[in-house]
Amino acid sequence: MFASRARRTRAVVPVALGLSLVLTVAACGGTTQDSSNDDDGGGDGESAAAADPDAEFAPDLSIAMLPKSVNNPYFEASSEGAQAAVDELGGEYEYTGPSDTSASSQVSYINTLSQQSADVILLSANDPNALCSSLEQARSAETYVVTFDSDVDPGCRDVFVSQVDSDEVGRALIEMASEQIGGAGTVAILSATANATNQNAWIAVIEEELASNPDYAEIELVGVVYGDDEDEKSFQETQGLLQANPDLGAIISPTTVGIAAAARYLSGSEFKGQVALTGLGTPNQMREFVKDGTVTEFALWDPTALGELAAYTGAAIASGIITGAEGETFTAGELGEYTVGADGVVTLGPPTRFNADNIDDFDF
Amino acid sequence: MTLLAQPTEPATGRTRTGSTALDLVLRFRALGLVIALAVLVAVTAAVNSRFVGQQSIRDLLLSAAITMLLAVGMTVVVLTRGIDLSVGSVLGLSAYVTADFLQSNAGTPVPVAMLVGLGVGAACGLVNGVVIHVGKVPPLVATLGTLYVFRGIVYFVAGGSRINASDMPPGFLDFGTARFAGIPYLIMVSLVVLVLIGVFLSRYRAGRDMYALGSSPEAARLAGVPAGRRLLTAYVLCGALAGLGGVLHAARYGTVDASAGSGLELSVVAAVVVGGVAIFGGSGTVYGAALGALLLTVISNALPVLSIDQFWQQAIVGALILGAIGLDRFVGLRVAASLRTKDSHVD
Amino acid sequence: MSTETAPDRITATRPASGRLRSGRLIGWDGAIVLVTLVFIAVAAVTVEHFGTSRNAGFLILDLTPVLLLALPMTLIIVTGEIDLSVASMVGLTSSAMGVMWNNGLPLETIMPLCVVIGAVLGAVNGIFVTALGLPSLAVTIGTLALYRGLAYVLLGDTAVADYPRDFTSWTIGNIGASSVPNVLIPLIVVSGIFAAALHATPVGRSVFAAGANPTAAAFAGIPVGRLKFWLYVVSGAVAGLVGVFWTLRYSSARADNAAGLELTVVAAVLLGGVSIFGGKGTLPGVVAGVVLLTSLQNALRLASVSTEALTVVTGSLLIVSVLAPNVVTSARAALARRRARLRMTPTS
Repeated sequence: MFASRARRTRAVVPVALGLSLVLTVAACGGTTQDSSNDDDGGGDGESAAAADPDAEFAPDLSIAMLPKSVNNPYFEASSEGAQAAVDELGGEYEYTGPSDTSASSQVSYINTLSQQSADVILLSANDPNALCSSLEQARSAETYVVTFDSDVDPGCRDVFVSQVDSDEVGRALIEMASEQIGGAGTVAILSATANATNQNAWIAVIEEELASNPDYAEIELVGVVYGDDEDEKSFQETQGLLQANPDLGAIISPTTVGIAAAARYLSGSEFKGQVALTGLGTPNQMREFVKDGTVTEFALWDPTALGELAAYTGAAIASGIITGAEGETFTAGELGEYTVGADGVVTLGPPTRFNADNIDDFDF
Repeated sequence: MTLLAQPTEPATGRTRTGSTALDLVLRFRALGLVIALAVLVAVTAAVNSRFVGQQSIRDLLLSAAITMLLAVGMTVVVLTRGIDLSVGSVLGLSAYVTADFLQSNAGTPVPVAMLVGLGVGAACGLVNGVVIHVGKVPPLVATLGTLYVFRGIVYFVAGGSRINASDMPPGFLDFGTARFAGIPYLIMVSLVVLVLIGVFLSRYRAGRDMYALGSSPEAARLAGVPAGRRLLTAYVLCGALAGLGGVLHAARYGTVDASAGSGLELSVVAAVVVGGVAIFGGSGTVYGAALGALLLTVISNALPVLSIDQFWQQAIVGALILGAIGLDRFVGLRVAASLRTKDSHVD
Repeated sequence: MSTETAPDRITATRPASGRLRSGRLIGWDGAIVLVTLVFIAVAAVTVEHFGTSRNAGFLILDLTPVLLLALPMTLIIVTGEIDLSVASMVGLTSSAMGVMWNNGLPLETIMPLCVVIGAVLGAVNGIFVTALGLPSLAVTIGTLALYRGLAYVLLGDTAVADYPRDFTSWTIGNIGASSVPNVLIPLIVVSGIFAAALHATPVGRSVFAAGANPTAAAFAGIPVGRLKFWLYVVSGAVAGLVGVFWTLRYSSARADNAAGLELTVVAAVLLGGVSIFGGKGTLPGVVAGVVLLTSLQNALRLASVSTEALTVVTGSLLIVSVLAPNVVTSARAALARRRARLRMTPTS
């Protein structure tokens, strides 16, 4: 048996290696990470055309929104805003996307949209790099790419519409937590996934504030855990936090899934009212827990306004009003005037805080 | 494969001859699980004593309750040499439909909500059963297909909407967290189902027929077991329990959207296999499966406490499945060998 | 895989299909090739943008991983086993590729290494299934979780994305100025090798024999166990290759790469007319199955049909692909019985 196995090995392994060589053949020897670092960068340069701030919004633009996944209420709300903006401008609007949050499925949808010659794609990206090559292809076919909510590598898109300034979110989060525990005690963070760009930026701001701001000298960050934006996982991580830190003062959860799961857990446990909970959540999900006293105050931006701003930004860039260069300005309907910042970023505004007094004024 | 199945075939009564040795082995199997559980809990508690606190144990059992319920249903199907990969999608569908029903009928008592979920699940199970029995489509293929189809229906029904805690009646949400004599209702529901199905499988003819069908479908048919009816029963039961799981999911998490229960089938199959139910039918108990579900839940709850990187969790589940089927194979061979020497007229 | 009907395999399914083969003009695999061609023709006319060469390029890139994985999967299913861990092996080799790249290894070394890693993972499956004699369904569900878990252990939730543009743009690029993707020729070559191996070599005949009746095959001197072991190794090696392709195509090594792809692969293989009980199937049929499934999804997307419909269609196709031949078989059997009865009546 072993003799013949050896014979087989000779037959199979070269075939397997041959397969890989088919792919390797395109390149010559010795490509390592160090040797290639200089030529990444992705973008094909800023467009040469100059912006015409006085131009009108072009009518009949076809604008498509591609969310991280459909069947997500957050993006449904953004879509409503974008739809309203496109209706206002008299264009054509489509909301499409995969049902799972994987980058590879988004690539297929980007390809489809560029086939359909959409003028603008409003994209919330599942991966900062995996979408780049297909976005480049789409842009070379004269489709403008505006990312919102979650950005890609700046070289692969025209403009990023940021929901909020990271510094402001981070500061608001730690400020709310500090208010709720009386300025002293321990806090822990229940985040989304470990590589979520937004959450990591906010957590960095929180850590910096804790280290440098004298107001927070008596607050200690005891841990960051990741609930992966899944209910069950967020539940378990919350339980883990409470077990590992018996005298925990507050949990900060800068993700809508995490804060809702943590609130649900706290409201049914012996920790209700003992441990403060704040973070980013939607008023509809959190209403129950604000009313029953589990949560005092939390924050979020308005996803509908974010979608609306993204659509106006897309229309502005497709109409030649802006090109994505720093300092250009445009008017986004009722939202008012916006200026493009560094790296082609347009920022919606400061987060809104929700508490028992105002939560019933919002429905999203 | 059938080698594994023969030792516990209860339908014939002939195997009673070797039952003392068998009981020992089977008890050893369950004992192994209990010991693994005890060691894990002890180690974790040594690191953090709060792990065995009242709240923590309640949380553990609550997390296990839903997987346990689905594992019980899955056991019945696996006993007949089947498998049901659609349970996660059925749970999602039932959770959404139930929550949606409660949203528009706020006064609904909890038992009625449970019936709605059971009904949705049973309907899905019936579809599976019909495709498998009448259409002669192998269970793996049929339920892989309905995994997609049922999930597609959830997407269709739910769209991008989510049902929040504030949309559901408070009485129903209380059911998700409230407890009687210190035991949460959800756990009681799972335990009652566990015992009922356990009794059904061991004491009733229809239940014992499931083992017969899984041990040797041909022999069972020749012996007059109504294979079609039994298979339909198994799949409807599995679907109905997944449906009930959906109701518990809605009550526990208070938030239901189209993705509820995605990917759950893997942990349920893992629980069943780890719990000593032979994947090719005829052998195993719901109690083992329930212990399997509990073990998996304890592992995932213990990892954060032990500060083990949570990325290990899935790898551990995979290794456990491989270990469990390997162990079963080993034990099965040993039992077969001991039966041959001990009882010459076993054939 | 259920062996629920396995005991009938020899007594019912095989002779029935043998009878059928002589009695009909075209098998299921022939039918699926026809359906695929008709579908593409109809879609090219009715769905806007479907018939463009650009779309054909996208389509080929989309079907490459599915087709590559479907080739060894076909052989494995024909022998009566299954490999549900393929997508997890893709994810694990992709993660391994990211880690090796981060550690400064040259890509020219990494790519063959990935194929070797895949082969080793496949060998682990093979050992469990053949040497230990465990059911392949349970083993590969176990390794599905294990390999995906190890992928997360290697890379966690991070992504490695800084691959040289030469490589990534070749992967998604076209031959010269044409609109023929670079990957098409290797794809055709590899498919050709598998088709030849299955349909024109002793190895292929052994594969069919092992699936049709393992006992008889063993008595005929076919090393069934060793054959299956090497099929799992090949399956792993191809998964490693797909891991490289996937990483370069999306310029991103991630632990969740290709998650859930095993379902699409199995669906395509069964749609292509391979019997889940083994012993029956053709590679042209499988190629048609892969093309039909991916072009259907592509056409639905272009026609802006919603995601839920895509999900339902994939699942239904999977069931129908097994249900339809069953219904045809039992209808023919009923017909044959009636004819036989009619013939019998006057004589007796």
